[in-house]
Amino acid sequence: MASARPNTTGPEPVVILDGASKSFGALRALDHVDLRIDPGECLGLVGHNGAGKSTLVNLVTGQFAASEGRVIYPGAKDHRQAGIRAISQEGMLCPNLTVLENLQVVQRDLTGWSWRRLAARRIGAALDAIFPGHRIRPEMPVFDMTLAEQQMVEIAIGFAQGAHPARLVVLDEPTSSLDASISAQLLAHLRRFCAEGGAVVFISHMLGEVFEVADRIVVMRDGHIIADRAAKGFTRQGLVDAMGHVADESHEPSALRIRALGNRSDAILRTPEGVEARKGEIVGLAGLAGHGQAEALARFYLAQSSDWRSLAEPAVVFVAGDRKRDGVMPIWSIRRNLALAALGHLCRLGMVDRAAENALSADWQARIGIRTPDMANPILSLSGGNQQKVLFARALATTAAVVVMDDPMRGVDIGTKTEVYDMIRHEAAEGRTFLWYSTEMDEILNCDRVFVFRDGAISAELEGERITEANILAASFEFGDAA
Amino acid sequence: MRIHRAPWFWAWVAAFAAFLATWSISAGGGGGAALAVAALTFASFSVLTGLGQMLVITMGPGNVDLSIPATMTLAGTLSLKLMGEMTGPVWAIMLAGLVSALAVGACAGVVNFALIRLLRIPPIIATLSASFLYQSLAIWSNRGLRIKPPAALAEFATGRAILGIPNLALVALVISIGFWVALNRSGFGRRLSAIGQNPRAARLAGVPVARIMGTTYVTCAKMAALTGFLLACFSGGAALNMGAEFLLMSIAVTVIGGSSIAGGDSNVPGIWAGALFMYLIVSMLNSYGLGAGVRLLSTGVIIIAIVAVASGRKAQA
Repeated sequence: MASARPNTTGPEPVVILDGASKSFGALRALDHVDLRIDPGECLGLVGHNGAGKSTLVNLVTGQFAASEGRVIYPGAKDHRQAGIRAISQEGMLCPNLTVLENLQVVQRDLTGWSWRRLAARRIGAALDAIFPGHRIRPEMPVFDMTLAEQQMVEIAIGFAQGAHPARLVVLDEPTSSLDASISAQLLAHLRRFCAEGGAVVFISHMLGEVFEVADRIVVMRDGHIIADRAAKGFTRQGLVDAMGHVADESHEPSALRIRALGNRSDAILRTPEGVEARKGEIVGLAGLAGHGQAEALARFYLAQSSDWRSLAEPAVVFVAGDRKRDGVMPIWSIRRNLALAALGHLCRLGMVDRAAENALSADWQARIGIRTPDMANPILSLSGGNQQKVLFARALATTAAVVVMDDPMRGVDIGTKTEVYDMIRHEAAEGRTFLWYSTEMDEILNCDRVFVFRDGAISAELEGERITEANILAASFEFGDAA
Repeated sequence: MRIHRAPWFWAWVAAFAAFLATWSISAGGGGGAALAVAALTFASFSVLTGLGQMLVITMGPGNVDLSIPATMTLAGTLSLKLMGEMTGPVWAIMLAGLVSALAVGACAGVVNFALIRLLRIPPIIATLSASFLYQSLAIWSNRGLRIKPPAALAEFATGRAILGIPNLALVALVISIGFWVALNRSGFGRRLSAIGQNPRAARLAGVPVARIMGTTYVTCAKMAALTGFLLACFSGGAALNMGAEFLLMSIAVTVIGGSSIAGGDSNVPGIWAGALFMYLIVSMLNSYGLGAGVRLLSTGVIIIAIVAVASGRKAQA
C-alpha cells in the first residue's frame, strides 16, 4: 500500500511508521500504516475529515502511542530528541503569557538567570528568518497580538533553535490565519528548511500551497494511506479524486432526493452566511472541519432564541454534537435531560407537570429506543450513543419547526446512526426542517441540499444529482495558487 | 430512599450533636428549651440569607453574592427610617416598611445583575464593589441615628405566638417551603439547575439564561433585605454593622447544608441544619468559656472539616 521508497544510502530517516495502527474503542482511526520520512523531504498530507491525518500526525509527534505496530525514531530515543515539532491548527499558545514565556513552556532547557536573553535570541532569530519584516516583540503578551501574529509566533516556536534542533516540523493548516504575503514567506522558508536538510509534513486545504511546497504527497482515506508518490505524479483533479471513494460511487439517489420541496424562493430561513432552507428540507453543511460550519449554526440558533424569553413553542432547537460541552446535564436523570427543551410546554402555572413529563419521556424512550430500564436513572449511566439519542429526543420533543444539528453523530455507533437517520427522514417528511452540519460524507449525501463551507464562507451550493462526494471534496479544498 | 445518603443528613447529625454538647454543659435541665428557642431565632436569620445565597451558588462556580450584609443594612436602615417618619394606622406603617425593604432589595439585585451582565464584571467583584455603594448609602441616610421599629413589629419579631415557637422561625419555615417548591417542582428551579451544571448547554437547550440569572440575583438581594428588615425590628433598630456576620454565614450554611459548590445541586433542609449548627457551635464554644479568637478559629476549622468530609463523601458516591 504505502510505497517503500528505494532506500538510498543517504542519511537515516527522521521517523518510520511500521504497520502503525491506532484504535479508539471500536473505531480504527489508523490502520496498518507504513511511512518513512527522510531528511530534506517536504511531505504534503491530504485527506478529508476523519481520514486519519490528525491521528497520523499525533503518532509521529509522540502524542499518541500506537495501538499496534511501531513508530521508530532512528538514532534518537524519543520524538523530542529526534527533533520533531508540531504546529497545530488551533492555537496552542497561552494567551496570558508573553512570547518568551510561551517558548519556555515548550523548551524546558530555558532555565536559570539569563533564560530570557537566550529565549529572545532563539525566537528572534526564528522570526527574522521566517518572517523578515515582522513587528513582533518577544516581550509582547499573546493576547495583545492579532491572530496572524499569534500564528507567526507559533510557527517560529516550531522552528526555533532549542536543546534538540528541529529536524521534522509538522504544520497543520499553518496558513489559515495568515494573509497572502506572509503565507508566501512561510512557504519560502519551508523550501529553504528542506533544502538545508530539514523535513516537513504540511497539511492544508489549499491544494495550490500543497503543490507549491511539497515534493511528495500522501493521500489518506479511512485510516489508510491510499496514495504516496512524488508531487509531480499528481494532477489537482487526480488528488481530489484520490481522496474520495471513486470506486464505490454507487449510492443510489435516495427517496429524499426526489422529494418535492417546492420552489427555491419558498425558503423559510436564511442565515447571514447564505444558508437557506425550505419547509421539510434536510440541508447539509459540509466541508473540512473547523471552516465555520459550527459557528454559523450556533450564531443562527442564538439569534433565533432569546436570553430573556422562553417560549412554550420554540422556533428552533439545537442538537449538540459535543455532548459534554453543549448538551448533557451531568447530574440529572435521563428524563430531566430529555424534557429540558420542552419545559415551557410542560409547565402549568410555573410548576412542572410531572405526569406530563413522565408521559413525554416514556413516549420518546419507545420512539427513539433509549436503552435503559428506568428513565429516572442518571444520564451518565447511558452509553455515548444513547446519550446522543436523549439529546435528539430533547430537540424533537418540542414543536420547533427547525432543528439545528452540530455534527451530532460524532463517535456514535452505526446501529444508533441508522435509527436516528430513519427518525430524521420521518420528521422531515412531517414538515420539519433540518440544518445538519456533518463531518461524515454518507450523512451529507443523504441531504436534500448541501452548502460546502471553506474559510468561514460558502464555497458551493449543491442540490439533487450534484450532491456527490467529488463535488463536495472539490469545494472543500482550494485550487487557487497560493499567493 | 436511604436517608443517610441525603446530602443534608450529616449536617443534621452535626447540628444535633452540637445541641446535645451545648445542652449538657449548660446548667440545669430547663436550659434545653431556652437553648432551642435561641437557636431557632438566630438560625432564622442565617436561613433567610442562606436561602438567597444558595440560589446564587446553585448557578455554578463564580456565582456568589457578597453584597448581602450591605443590602441588609441599607434595607433595615431605610425601612425603619420610613416607618419612623410615617403617621397613620399601624398596619399601613408596617406594610410600608416591609414593602420598602423589599424594594430596596430588588434595586440592589438589579444593580448587582446589571454590573455582572452589562459590564461583564465577575460576580464576586461586582457584588463586593456594589456593597460599598449600598453601605455608603446606608451611612449617609442613617447619620448615626438609631430609630426604633414600631412596637407591634418589635413584638412580633421577638414573640412566640404558636406553641412557643419563635415567630421568626415560622416565617423562615414558610419561606423555606416556598423555596423548596420553587427549586424542586417549578420550571424556574429546573432551569436554574441546568444553568448551574452547564450554562452553555442550558442556553442551547432554550433556557433563558439571562432572565433566570437576573431573577436569582434579585431574589437573593430581596431575601437579604427581608432579613435586614426583620433583624432591625428584632434588635430594636438598624445598626451599620448588623449584616457583617452574614457574609460568611450565608455561604457557610449553604455549603454545610450540602449544596454543591460546583453548582446545579441545592437543598433546602440542609440550610436549616447548617444554620442551627453554626449557632450551636458558637454557643457551645461560648459555654466552654473560650475567647473570641479561639472561637473564630475553631469555627473556621469546623467548617473546613465538614466541607472536606462532605466533598469526600460526594467523590465516593
